[in-house]
This record gives sequence, C-alpha cells and structure tokens, in this order.
Amino acid sequence: MLTKRIIPCLDVKDGRVVKGVSFKGLRDAGEPLELAKYYNDQGADELVFLDITASNDKRKTTVDLTGKLGKELFIPFTIGGGVSDIDDIKNILMHGADKVAINTAAVLNPNIIDKGADLFGSQCIVIAVDAKREGDSWKVYRNAAKVRTDFDVIGWVKEIESRGGGEILLTSIDNDGQNQGYDLKLLEEVTRVVTIPVIASGGGGELNHFYEALQIGKADAVLAASVFHYGKYTIDDIKSYLEERQIPVRKYERHN
Amino acid sequence: MITIIDHGYANIANIKNAFDHLGIDCNVTRVSEDIISAEKIVLPGVGAFSAAMERLEQTGIADALKFRAMQGIPVLGICLGMQLLFTSSEENGNFPGLDIIPGKVEKIKTQYKIPHIGWNDLKIVGCNPLFTGISSGEFVYFVHSFHCIPGKMSLRSAVAEYGCKITAAVSYRNIFGTQFHPEKSQNTGLRILKNFGEIKL
Repeated sequence: MLTKRIIPCLDVKDGRVVKGVSFKGLRDAGEPLELAKYYNDQGADELVFLDITASNDKRKTTVDLTGKLGKELFIPFTIGGGVSDIDDIKNILMHGADKVAINTAAVLNPNIIDKGADLFGSQCIVIAVDAKREGDSWKVYRNAAKVRTDFDVIGWVKEIESRGGGEILLTSIDNDGQNQGYDLKLLEEVTRVVTIPVIASGGGGELNHFYEALQIGKADAVLAASVFHYGKYTIDDIKSYLEERQIPVRKYERHN
Repeated sequence: MITIIDHGYANIANIKNAFDHLGIDCNVTRVSEDIISAEKIVLPGVGAFSAAMERLEQTGIADALKFRAMQGIPVLGICLGMQLLFTSSEENGNFPGLDIIPGKVEKIKTQYKIPHIGWNDLKIVGCNPLFTGISSGEFVYFVHSFHCIPGKMSLRSAVAEYGCKITAAVSYRNIFGTQFHPEKSQNTGLRILKNFGEIKL
C-alpha cells in the first residue's frame, strides 16, 4: 500500500543549514549532509533543501550541495531556491537530485514547467506554490513570499498540472512558522482540483496537525522544518501517531 | 565491473553513487562499444518510452544490449529502463521496445492517483536472486504511470498493491528489472543493488 510521506525541509545558506538546530549526537548540525543523514536514519521519506544563498556564485553553491548530498543520501531529495532556468534544472538533476522545486521562475515564465517536464520527466518537476489568503480565496506570491501576483491559487495549480508539473509543494504563507496547523481549507480546495500529488507545508507543529493535513486536507505528503529541527517530535513520533490512526506510513527497516 | 548505460537525461549520478557507496566497481557509458565488452549492465531511465527507445537505437546501444543480453550476461533495468526491456509499450501510442523480455507496458489501471509516486511495500511472489535477504513488507520508492505486464505472470517476482497489482520486479533468465528505484530505496534498495553486484551466472 502506498504510504504518506513525511518530509523534513532544510534551509541552506552558503553551504550551511540556517535554522538553529541543536541535536545531541550530531557533530555539526550546520552541515547539511550531517543533518540529512540524521533525518535519513530517523526514517524521513524524502528531504527538501532550499538553497537561500544570495551571493553571485549561488549556482555553484547549489550544485556543490547537491553533489555532496547525492553521494551519501539514498532516499529521494529535492533541491530548490532560486532555480531560474532549464540549465539550473539540468545541473541540479545531473548532480544527483531527484527533483527540483521551482517557484518564482514558474510564475514569471510558466513555460519552464512544460519544457522541464518534456526534457526530464514530470516526476522531477516540483512546483512550489506560496499561497496567501484573501477573503475566500488565495493569491500566489513569489520571491520568497515577498511579492504578490495576480494569480489565483486554484487556477494556478490547475495550470501547473496541465503543463506537466509532477507535484505541488503548497505552502500557506499565513500559517507558516505559526505551528498552529496547516491551512486545511486551502489543502482541501487544491487537492480537489488536481490529481498530481500535493505536499502540505506551513504550520505543522503538533502531531494532530500532520494527521489533519493528510486526512482532512487529503495531502499526499507533509513537510515541516522547525518541529524537526528543534527536536519537538521525531519522524518516528509522527509516523507512530499516524499509524495508530490508520494512515499508512513507511516503517524504516534498519538492516544491511 | 558494472556498466551503466547513459542515454540522455536519465539520472545516472544516483545509481553510480549507490554502487560507489557499496564499493562495487562501475563505469558509465554512452557508446555501444563499451556495451559489447560489458560484464554486467544497468539500464536506467526516466521520461518517455519512445524518446528513450529512439536514443538507444540511434546510438547502436539497442543492438549491442540485445546481443549481450542474449549471450547471458546479467542485465538490470530500472524504472523506464525495465520497461524498455519489454516487447512494446502503449505509452503515447504503441511503440516497440528492446523485446528482451516478452510482454508489454501499459498504463496503471487503478482508482488511485497516477503517477504512482512514493514508498510502497513489496510482496515477493517469485524467485529472484536480487531479493536475497529481502522480505515481503519492505518498502521501496516508486515514480511511474506505466507498468510491465510480462507475457507469463511467472516472470513477476514482486508486486506492489495500488488498487491493482503493480509489477514491481521481474526476473527472466539473466535479465532483471525493478519498476522502483533501488538507488533511492534506502537500505532495502542498496541490498538489491549489492545482490545484483554479486550475481554470478
């Protein structure tokens, strides 16, 4: 039976994990690979890395990061953050990432979705959608949630699917960082209109939040950052909670 | 030495990384001459069936691969690479494949979402040296919309439940295929690749 995926997200800047992470037993929690391995051993189903480096050699830092992760990470991982053209996608995939998350570039030039899907397959094209509520609907934001666009979220996710996007990483800007739960209404609306997988992001802080996003929001996967980074819950805590409530999850086998 | 076929945009890095991690010698090639002298072959693949087949034929890799497969060396097809080993595929029409394994590739028929993407558990239904040390119930990572229907169901060595029985792995003489990505399936997947590295026919 296909399981629901639990995905920790790491923000990386200049090759270092940004958010304050403090775990016992980790030699260097700022080292992306160390932290990735830590989550890998906990049974994370996938990992997402957002490279928020702002310097001129950003392309190089992203590719270096990807290459390093690819050599030692044998679960799927996605690289995002400032992916702007087909060359970026190609470089990231060639260095070992399974998927590329595209946000602003897709809003400014939606053809990148069609082109990326044609060249590399839909399965590796993840479109990140940052949504902010306005009354009864949601608008799409770009440039790290700083710039409002005229795109309506529901119309945009349909377009993403029809252009060949493989997955939608749906972040609620309103709920992000609040630890008060995912925007279930947003999830319900989006999962009703697309058939490609939807990853819920923004707001996961308690065990029941993950359950609700999957059960009520009908998400295929849940992504979170601080809840893992601050050690509030382990991946296994969440999976055990979900399993008790009949949500299928992958139990990690530690044999060699 | 394992020879990994690089035919375009397939993500070769991951498979090479996995063999490197396991300490198994491998090289990557784009030319048919290397296939003719290969001892073991991995055929990866992502994207569309017909485009991949076209590239294999243009480069002469298709003929070289068929030749070596017939001579009995171990061949492992992964994901689209497994599908390419079959007689034909109905992806975007009806296209001939390498025809190394009898059978066809068709769209997954299920009430669930397509593509079938994520971790699903294996049910081992047949003999396959790749599954030494692996039990039913272990999870592997899938990403696909089509799957293989072998001419004889006895060629299926593992299935996954997804509102239908997905062909997860096949074993046919010296030819093996996994629809899932062993290079992305953590320890279970690494064990499968290790088993392939250790196969002696």
